[in-house]
Amino acid sequence: METKAFQKIYTKIIQITKATCSLRATGVGYEELAMVNGRLAQVVKIIGDVVTLQVFGGTEGIPTNAEVVFMGKPPVLKVSDDLAGRFFNAFGNPIDGGPEVEGEEREIGGPSVNPVRRKQPSELIATGIAGIDMNNTLVTGQKIPFFADPDQPFNQVMAMVAMRAKADKIILGGMGLTNDDYLFYKNVFENAGALERIISFVNTTENPPVERLLVPDMALTAAEYFAVDKKQSVLVLLTDMTLYADALSIVSNRMDQIPSKDSMPGSLYSDLAKIYEKAVQFPDGGSITIIAVTTLSGGDITHAIPDNTGYITEGQLFLRKDSDIGKVIVDPFRSLSRLKQLVIGKKTRKDHPQVMNTAIRLFADAAQAKTKLENGFDLTDYDERTLKFGKEYSDKLLAIDVNIDIDMMLDTAWSLFAKYFSKAEVAIRSEFMDLYWKGE
Amino acid sequence: MEKEVKQTKGKIAGIIANLVTVEVDGPVSQNEICYIKHAGIDLMAEVIKVFEKKVFIQVFESTRGLKIGQEVEFSGGMLEVTLGPGILSRNYDGLQHDLDRMEGVFLKRGDYTDALDYEKTWDFTPLANIGDTVIAGDWLGEVTENVIPHKIMVPFSFSGKFTIKKLAAAGSYKVLDEIAILADSKGTEYKVTMTQKWPVKIPVKTYVNKPRPYKLLETGVRTIDTLNPIVEGGTGFIPGPFGSGKTVMQQAISKQAEADIVIVAACGERANEVVEIFTEFPELEDPRTGRKLMERTTIIANTSNMPVAAREASVYTAMTIAEYYRTMGLKVLLLADSTSRWAQALREMSNRMEELPGPDAFPMDLPAIISNFYSRAGFVHLNNGATGSITFIGTVSPAGGNLKEPVTESTKKAARCFYALSQQRADSKRYPAIDPIDSYSKYLEYPELQEYLKTNISENWIDQVLRAKNFLLRGKEASEQINILGDDGVPVDYHLRFWRGEVIDFVVLQQDAFDEIDKRTSLERQKFLLETVLEICDIDFRFESFDEVNPYFKRIINTLKQMNYSEYKSEKFNSFYNELQTIIGERK
Repeated sequence: METKAFQKIYTKIIQITKATCSLRATGVGYEELAMVNGRLAQVVKIIGDVVTLQVFGGTEGIPTNAEVVFMGKPPVLKVSDDLAGRFFNAFGNPIDGGPEVEGEEREIGGPSVNPVRRKQPSELIATGIAGIDMNNTLVTGQKIPFFADPDQPFNQVMAMVAMRAKADKIILGGMGLTNDDYLFYKNVFENAGALERIISFVNTTENPPVERLLVPDMALTAAEYFAVDKKQSVLVLLTDMTLYADALSIVSNRMDQIPSKDSMPGSLYSDLAKIYEKAVQFPDGGSITIIAVTTLSGGDITHAIPDNTGYITEGQLFLRKDSDIGKVIVDPFRSLSRLKQLVIGKKTRKDHPQVMNTAIRLFADAAQAKTKLENGFDLTDYDERTLKFGKEYSDKLLAIDVNIDIDMMLDTAWSLFAKYFSKAEVAIRSEFMDLYWKGE
Repeated sequence: MEKEVKQTKGKIAGIIANLVTVEVDGPVSQNEICYIKHAGIDLMAEVIKVFEKKVFIQVFESTRGLKIGQEVEFSGGMLEVTLGPGILSRNYDGLQHDLDRMEGVFLKRGDYTDALDYEKTWDFTPLANIGDTVIAGDWLGEVTENVIPHKIMVPFSFSGKFTIKKLAAAGSYKVLDEIAILADSKGTEYKVTMTQKWPVKIPVKTYVNKPRPYKLLETGVRTIDTLNPIVEGGTGFIPGPFGSGKTVMQQAISKQAEADIVIVAACGERANEVVEIFTEFPELEDPRTGRKLMERTTIIANTSNMPVAAREASVYTAMTIAEYYRTMGLKVLLLADSTSRWAQALREMSNRMEELPGPDAFPMDLPAIISNFYSRAGFVHLNNGATGSITFIGTVSPAGGNLKEPVTESTKKAARCFYALSQQRADSKRYPAIDPIDSYSKYLEYPELQEYLKTNISENWIDQVLRAKNFLLRGKEASEQINILGDDGVPVDYHLRFWRGEVIDFVVLQQDAFDEIDKRTSLERQKFLLETVLEICDIDFRFESFDEVNPYFKRIINTLKQMNYSEYKSEKFNSFYNELQTIIGERK
């Protein structure tokens, strides 16, 4: 981004913090971009003639006589089909050694879709993982995060879901990715031979944290190009949104804003909603689906970041290691897909909702029996059976290494019901019992 | 009554997100609406603080690209809604702009569409006579809006007594056509059309009095109607952590409740949830009229990605529209999902204005704002003897699911029904996840409602409800004992107590909102169900050992659930009922 002729150059900074600097300037637009000694910055506050800039690369080494040039426009991304297959940094500049992408300049963080122009999501996204497809079915146009502790294999599961989902484009927005994870994604994409379907905007741990604030908007501006202009189904992967929120709190802190819960800015809900609400199903076929990662500390979902996220997203997926079978499973109790009601029993077999609920109920009984066992109480015959059921259900359906279609998942559940329980214990509507009961 | 137009102007002096400061050249008033002139469009904003010549305004749009020195024009009025026939079945944004009339897929800044259709004609029938003395809110005539008799009223802003000088004859008129000429005591004449404006922050008080509400509002949701009923003109709130079923609950109520008008304010919530309402309501048949539910519904949508300042406005817009229809003698149900988002919007602004924060950084006057808002609901007697009501149910999204946070606590003081959604119930998929023990309805203690229930359901209904609650409580206690002492460490009687609670839980409380039959239970059926279940709870079943209790009660529950899934009094229903009697007979 070079400077144009006749642009005024300011050289007197009057205040510098770790993330922002201020100077006297006139004729500056709100949210306009600027260059501070070659570093990209954005206007976040104007009071009279004092303009405060958020410097994305951090203010380390910025002198008070730094050259500041305003660019007269908010951050933009050049969009065209040439984006496909490319890797970019948070500013939308290529990092894969390829040429700059030419195309129409679009402002990032643009306006919201008029809610009456949306279509109700109704297309199922099959992943082959029963913990998702059967219990927490995903739908195009949905937004859903993985809530996971940092040691869980969320990046692997997300990459697997992305590869199996039948999306026209997959856009990765990586925030604070370790270099190893970045290379992991790159490898998965290349090995799958799917590179031409993939676009990546990556901020790694080597880059300054405030830069991350641009990544979701960059990724979603590209997504809107393909979903609106090209009517494609686009899957956006955002990892890790906790690090994004941390960057928000750094900036608000430097601007002396009063923090609300967990030192997060009071606007956290709106800030996150602006990103997640870009998920949409358009009537003409285009769609944006967002799968994100929110890392937790010690599984605490009451922290402001997962808490606000949970109120915005359409459910959440929890990963947990099941010690009984030694595998990672999708936790059926804490996971939820709010949009599953739009497809289960409608796009899938009619018995799906009841089978799903019954299996989870029996799995809950198994968990209760396990507590009894651990507390040294005698188990009833029913407890013994639920325990066995629980183990097999976990292994054959909840584990993330399962890869079967939904009918097969339901059939597996029915055969487990018949193997361990009586009809009265299963208690599903009689018409489904007549059709699918696998016992006598 | 036309206001004198004053032309205060100003220039932008500062910008922080959607808080803009303006240097003004004349008088302004608190909450006055103003417009920022930006690149050929007007951006709407509201005055929220004045300090000498400096005015703080919250902009209802994105402030991207605004510059110091840009011109601002003040309108002289507060944020108003346009009231008149044609509000029903519309989808508005938080400022009452018609979303369907906006162009393009994306919302454009400054795209302000009309709230009403000014070209449409309405068949007007006069209800008053020339020479009558009338006051604000009195009915002059009527048009039929979808199926609703929509009253054309003396504008709410008219104070004092007026005489009808002229009144339009029956016929077709447009919204802005003259309907009447009214004269005040001095003889000054005023023209009245079918439309009027009213500032949203001021309650409409054109009624005689607001007595204590007494009539049950049927929702078809058993855990509400049977255990903790809400009344016409009542207030309630539903707090719950995410994923506990707040929205499903609210939507079930909006679809099923016995109200004439349903107003849904989607306040800072998910766009897909609003789309669900947009998609389903026009298809849903209204059990009362046989027409579509959308015909008596208005939706105010400020989704979480729409400008945050309009979020606060959206709940007030919705309430004012509700008050308008209440003055027509109608039963209005107003739902706001979620009031926490509104409180958060207040917090964001208060934060940017660098006000001293109250608890959790919310503004200090949050409790007052919430209770003032809830007090606008209620059952009223109108001037002409008719009655109208606004029943208000708000959801609260407590941070971290902790009910000790400021929004929940403030709301608890204002609302009379408390429907606590429990994470534990949601986790075990016991939906609706309303906790039967923590939740309450203050109305159940009102002698007025007790009298109504005695007359309309049965003489001993209240006793039965209290007994059911008691069984639930004892069941919970028994379950705790069993968990501590073990299955065989307690007398068999404890198991029996536990399972009595479970029968009520599984059969009365739990309800499948997605099942065609189970989702809505008539009062008659609720009475039958509660009586049947209580009969079972009253039996002293004989058991030799504790492990017989569980399978036996599971059979009872299963049969009762099959009944819930069957058409009331159908052959299938009756055969399950007979089966139930056989099972009960085994151990009586």
